[in-house]
Amino acid sequence: MATTATSPARESRDSVVIRFAGDSGDGMQVTGGRFTVETALAGNDLTTFPDYPAEIRAPAGTTYGVSAFQIHFGAVDVMTPGDQVDVLVAMNPAALKVDLKDLRIGGTVVVDTGAFTERNLAKAGFASHPLEDGSLAPYQMLKLDITKRTLDAVKDFGLHTREAHRCRNMWALGLMLWMYGRDRDVTVEWLKKKFAGKPEVAQANVAALNAGHAFGETAEMSEYGVGYTVRRARVTPGVYRTVSGTEAIAWGLVAGMRAAGLEKMVFAGYPITPASLLLHTLANLKRYGVITFQAEDEIAAIGACVGAAYAGALGVTSTSGPGMALKTEMLGLAIATELPLVVVNSQRTGPSTGMPTKAEQSDLFQAVHGRNADAPLAVLAAATATDCFDVAMEAVRIATTYMTPVVLLSDAFLAHAAEPWRIPDLDRLPRFPVRFRTDPAGFHPFLRNPETLSRPWARPGTPGLEHRIGGLEKDYDTGHISYDPENHARMTRTRAAKIAGIANAIPLQTVALGADHGAIAVVGWGSTYGAIHQAVRRARQDGVDASHIHLRYLSPFPRNLGELLARFERIVVPELNNGQLVQLLRAAYLVPAEGLSKVQGKPFKVSEIVEAIR
Amino acid sequence: MTVTTITDAELQPKDYASDQEVRWCPGCGDYAILKAMHKALAELGARRESTVFVSGIGCAARFPYYMSTYGFHTIHGRAPAIATGIKLANPELDVWVMTGDGDGLSIGGNHMLHVLRRNVDLQIVLFNNEIYGLTKGQYSPTSRRGTKSPSTPQGSVDYPVSACAFALGAGARFVARAVDTQQAQLVSVLQRAHAHRGASFVEVFQNCVVFNDGAFDGFTAKDGAADTQLHVEHGQPLIFGARKDRGLRLKPGKLELEVITLSESGVIPDDVLVHDETNRALAQLLVALEPPAWPVALGVVYCNPAPSFEAEVYAQAEAAGAGPGAPDLAELLMNKEGTWTVR
Repeated sequence: MATTATSPARESRDSVVIRFAGDSGDGMQVTGGRFTVETALAGNDLTTFPDYPAEIRAPAGTTYGVSAFQIHFGAVDVMTPGDQVDVLVAMNPAALKVDLKDLRIGGTVVVDTGAFTERNLAKAGFASHPLEDGSLAPYQMLKLDITKRTLDAVKDFGLHTREAHRCRNMWALGLMLWMYGRDRDVTVEWLKKKFAGKPEVAQANVAALNAGHAFGETAEMSEYGVGYTVRRARVTPGVYRTVSGTEAIAWGLVAGMRAAGLEKMVFAGYPITPASLLLHTLANLKRYGVITFQAEDEIAAIGACVGAAYAGALGVTSTSGPGMALKTEMLGLAIATELPLVVVNSQRTGPSTGMPTKAEQSDLFQAVHGRNADAPLAVLAAATATDCFDVAMEAVRIATTYMTPVVLLSDAFLAHAAEPWRIPDLDRLPRFPVRFRTDPAGFHPFLRNPETLSRPWARPGTPGLEHRIGGLEKDYDTGHISYDPENHARMTRTRAAKIAGIANAIPLQTVALGADHGAIAVVGWGSTYGAIHQAVRRARQDGVDASHIHLRYLSPFPRNLGELLARFERIVVPELNNGQLVQLLRAAYLVPAEGLSKVQGKPFKVSEIVEAIR
Repeated sequence: MTVTTITDAELQPKDYASDQEVRWCPGCGDYAILKAMHKALAELGARRESTVFVSGIGCAARFPYYMSTYGFHTIHGRAPAIATGIKLANPELDVWVMTGDGDGLSIGGNHMLHVLRRNVDLQIVLFNNEIYGLTKGQYSPTSRRGTKSPSTPQGSVDYPVSACAFALGAGARFVARAVDTQQAQLVSVLQRAHAHRGASFVEVFQNCVVFNDGAFDGFTAKDGAADTQLHVEHGQPLIFGARKDRGLRLKPGKLELEVITLSESGVIPDDVLVHDETNRALAQLLVALEPPAWPVALGVVYCNPAPSFEAEVYAQAEAAGAGPGAPDLAELLMNKEGTWTVR
């Protein structure tokens, strides 16, 4: 547990935003990840935002090779990675160049002067020396030769210069852990384990970590600044851990499979940023009944899932926008044959390849409408990293209950973002056991459950239920191929009615914050949840009669949504796209919804939304 | 997965036919393949409830509708991917992929490549009629150069792919060939394909009476077949001809075959190559033989089994602790470092 190494000099803060920025080879994601774990263990609420370049190893020192990790932590509800950075740790000039613009005036910038060489300054495109030309005057500057101090700290371990240099991030981490009164025991253990095969590297990293911490502790630090304390957040009792959106989806899918009483999940994917993480995560969950398959392409990946679903397993595939486009035809087949399927789309910017590591919400139209013909399916979106668990379970429930593909929209931000998660009471998780058809009496493959309109799930291997299905239109009454015009009309309407009917078995739309009527409804979906929520909270504090409505269900919409929206004078729809939900709402309910669009590959700032609704 | 133990009465070929009216053009070679399949399955005693036919799109892809087993008519070219998913979900199922030259080698060429190299335990039957039938007669990837069709009125200019050479190149471990109307061999080839664990690739020369009638007459016409077909059998000499007097041997000093006539003076019968179906290099030479200069090799050209993909996947899963006694969710969610308790 946290040792709040309080010294009288420490100042108190409600919440803090730190950004670690450096070269993509400087280990900034690891540094941020470790700071996150120590902060979670210290009892703060938090949200993180990793921001890394698409290049695996961009040329060192360049601005496009800058990798950053932002963490917002505090004693109060932390819902966004933070609009403005309080502390920027810049490991080289390029990081300073790229990330300084997000540091608030008066914020602290920690720089490694050892990395501010002529050469690095030139690579970052600085005309004059930023540490000497007065351009950093609006900020508190902590100029430290982290490179030299690190090399001194690790000199006894006999590392090559390059390896020794790589310990700089641990020195910086040590300093930041001191600054916020964090423990470092868990990180020390983690380093020992990570470098178990290279004890000298483990020792050197621990030494660098300790040296950074000690630097803060000693008098050397006081001339530069002080330490802070951030109170623990008031949170619901329970067992917690940090979880990323990707992990939460993986675990939610396994929980969903168990809740459906299915023995097996076949997860097939094709490598694509930022969705590959889910394939990696599930590849390590074989013991829970997960079969993972790296297919030859996006089409084969979803094809294998359709085959697996036909054979009675939970079929799940995952991709990002361009891969989703390739899967379109197979989604149509799953709709036509009415097989359950979960498709996770970690949205990124586009069109085409776009900016693969940057988040956007621009695949909503694609998810809801992006197929040939009248081909409805269910669409859900996760709001936060922890929400991913519940939404993944819900996707499995809808897919298996209604025999339909379900698209689960995540995004590049949620895929990586981490936050503390209270592990749910496993005995109280929902259960929705699948009943495979076994009785041959009166069977045909498109008999429908009168309540859900879903067809029976009849697995090959079951005697007496041998049947043929396919993408051709079927006769409503026999399941055989049919070209009858009236029958096609009936089947088209039935497929639509089945999806629309899901609205009868999902919760009514609630208001996340504020009244269920009033001047302004701010309607959002997906990972913008936190920013919108905080914006509405702030606007309400300023006296604006605003409410926050967050949609998890995007197809079908909850059945009271139209009526709820009609009770507001103004409807504002902030989205990280050029206006998609806003059009769906206008089309569905004839309401004068207004869009608030941001398409920069970056999350909303709370202030941007506050501005729009004030 | 349910694997039934109910024993049916012995099934006859007709018991493998569904109640659906067969709708191929009268005289289509597909009828003969369907008949051979019914016979092959009856002789094998295949269980209908655990047999699945998967197809893509095209004339051949109608096949599953005419079987009384489980069947899945999917989308163009993707049957191998869907069949792979079926085997991953339930390796106990006996899965056939029915495809054509356009479905399997054009739009679905990529999936065919990968399903073969992965060695998924499937029987893949490719109906090669060297034409697109269902879309009304365009040239296909196996059409010979110069094929005149609605899309190539002056004749096609691209070179065809050889189905079996492609399969061998992709790493297939079972490659065989048959002719639609030669029932005895077709039935036996289908049965050999079924017996092989792993991906089995069977090319069937199938006559399209409407758009490419007689495409294979050069070596399938009854009067000349003995001289134009080489029936390969493991351990037997590669001999053909009405009088069984011609054989294949390696041209001395070259990696090249030549035809020798046994009755000619100076020819040593022992020079004739003996078919070794485990020899990939020989298989590659055999499938490259094309009429009229050469006889067409038919039968099991290559069979050299290795562990199948889904079996290896399941072995890994079991080694990781999957199956009965798999851990519960609590282990997944709780048993990690980095949890903390708030009271």
